[in-house]
Amino acid sequence: MPVMPDFELLRPDSAEAAVALHASRPASRYLAGGTDLLPNLRRGLADTATVIDLGGIAELAGIRVDADRVHIGAGTTLAALAAHPGIAAELPALAQAALAVAGPTHRESATLGGNLCLDTRCRYYNQSTPWREANHYCMKLEGDVCRVAPKSKRCYAAFSGDVAPALLALDAEVDIVGTNGRRTLALAEFYHDDGMRWLALDRGELLAAVRVPLAPGWSSGYEKLRIRGAIDFPLSGVAVALARDGERLAGLRIACTGVSSRPERIEGLDALVGQPLDDAALAQLEKLVLRGIQAMETTTASVPYRRKATPILARRLVTRLWTEAA
Amino acid sequence: MMSVETEIRFKLNGREVSLKVPVAMKTLAMLRDKLGMTGTKYACGEGECGACTVEVDGRTVNSCLMYAVDCDGRELVTIEGLRTPEGLHPVQQAFVDHGAVQCGFCMPGMIMQAKNLIENNPGLTREEAQRGLEGNLCRCTGYTKVLDAVEAVVSGKSCGSRP
Ligand SMILES: Cc1cc2nc3c(=O)[nH]c(=O)nc-3n(C[C@H](O)[C@H](O)[C@H](O)COP(=O)(O)OP(=O)(O)OC[C@H]3O[C@@H](n4cnc5c(N)ncnc54)[C@H](O)[C@@H]3O)c2cc1C
Ligand code: SF4
Ligand code: FES
Ligand code: FES
Repeated sequence: MPVMPDFELLRPDSAEAAVALHASRPASRYLAGGTDLLPNLRRGLADTATVIDLGGIAELAGIRVDADRVHIGAGTTLAALAAHPGIAAELPALAQAALAVAGPTHRESATLGGNLCLDTRCRYYNQSTPWREANHYCMKLEGDVCRVAPKSKRCYAAFSGDVAPALLALDAEVDIVGTNGRRTLALAEFYHDDGMRWLALDRGELLAAVRVPLAPGWSSGYEKLRIRGAIDFPLSGVAVALARDGERLAGLRIACTGVSSRPERIEGLDALVGQPLDDAALAQLEKLVLRGIQAMETTTASVPYRRKATPILARRLVTRLWTEAA
Repeated sequence: MMSVETEIRFKLNGREVSLKVPVAMKTLAMLRDKLGMTGTKYACGEGECGACTVEVDGRTVNSCLMYAVDCDGRELVTIEGLRTPEGLHPVQQAFVDHGAVQCGFCMPGMIMQAKNLIENNPGLTREEAQRGLEGNLCRCTGYTKVLDAVEAVVSGKSCGSRP
């Protein structure tokens, strides 16, 4: 078997203890389900002297449905999330996105926190060490040049988690624990458009929970494109939350994944609200989606394909939700 | 770097096991290399194929993506745990009866996942079985007969019968 790097494994029982351990050990990493971290460690993409297993922290477990919102611990597995009847009924985009991640066995281990903190992906990065060495590495790790955009000063590796766009469309916020205490961020503020520093977490900060408001009258959904019908990361993923009032659109939020270094909330959709969802509105919607994404050559599927397909994916999903809401 | 070993205890196919494992060792490596239980297969080693599927506390996971130390206090079932003195497990027998096995390499994972699906989903449909097995790749591409076998078990038409 290939050798895994050796390390110290710690299992704190509270978020505060985890954060303190992280602060006291410079090269440490959090481990949740391990379905992203273990492949990355194996490929030499992550290096660590200390692994802090979050599995023993009671606070990170569990889903609580309150009157006006749902509270989800970061340690909740995607299988549990997808199977929760309240979430499937009230927040279908979230259940559908959780179910669209990887395969059934991965979802038994994979957590919501790990999905939201997933490393960004690129065809020049998610490769073995010999492969990357033969290609002289790239800026994201051990190299200087971006192979996707050689003149670029930044990395365009794509954020490819399925759940983040659903939570963006559902207007979620996240609770973060750090050595200086706790803070809350809108999920949109949790991400940066930078393939090398895509999370707004300060060193050692921990994602503890996600809160999603319940919005009566809104419907939602998630659709993704991938090479095979299962297992694969999204080439593009689209989440939509929509409210319909008779023949007029009463509210619309769209977020995309896999087509930018952060999950992208599409701007400008307010212009469509209050109008009927006719062909002109749908054409406008496609334009806004295209303007909001930045697909680069990070996947084996071409950029023109992903640029063409993403707005159509959005259009189809919006049309379906609109029709169902009639 | 010096290897740090940790003592763990867990139940493996109904028997108590205790052993020392390096922290960085995966459950798959522990089963195969430490315990000599080579039924669980090592193929991709990075979560892509499902050949290493085992049951942990009643849920199926990719044992190549789980540290061995994480087995502490849990209950594992591997393909070796399915057979009884009376013979093959009904799911195993159905796979044989339906010719679902070609080279056989994916089969321990496929059968563990199929068994888990059947046990947890009474009245499992063919489509649900297909979704449930989508993380188990077969490079001999024999998926149809696998689904036939699962369907036969669900409908009670299998259990050791020869076609
Ligand atoms: C074959 C395969 C296919 C996959 N397909 C998909 C797919 O289609 N879609 C998709 O979205 N993902 C996919 N994944 C990736 C992964 O399985 C999921 O994203 C999963 O949700 C990651 O969660 P985890 O708990 O396993 O994360 P881990 O691997 O434990 O952690 C991932 C990262 O997040 C950090 N982290 C974890 N929890 C926290 C926390 N609470 N606070 C701060 N940091 C934290 C870790 O330090 C690590 O850097 C796939 C993986 C494999 C192996
Ligand atoms: S976008 Fe460029 S720098 Fe980033 S991972 Fe890909 S090749 Fe490397
Ligand atoms: S060996 Fe574990 S999934 Fe392939
Ligand atoms: S039977 Fe050969 S890999 Fe499945």
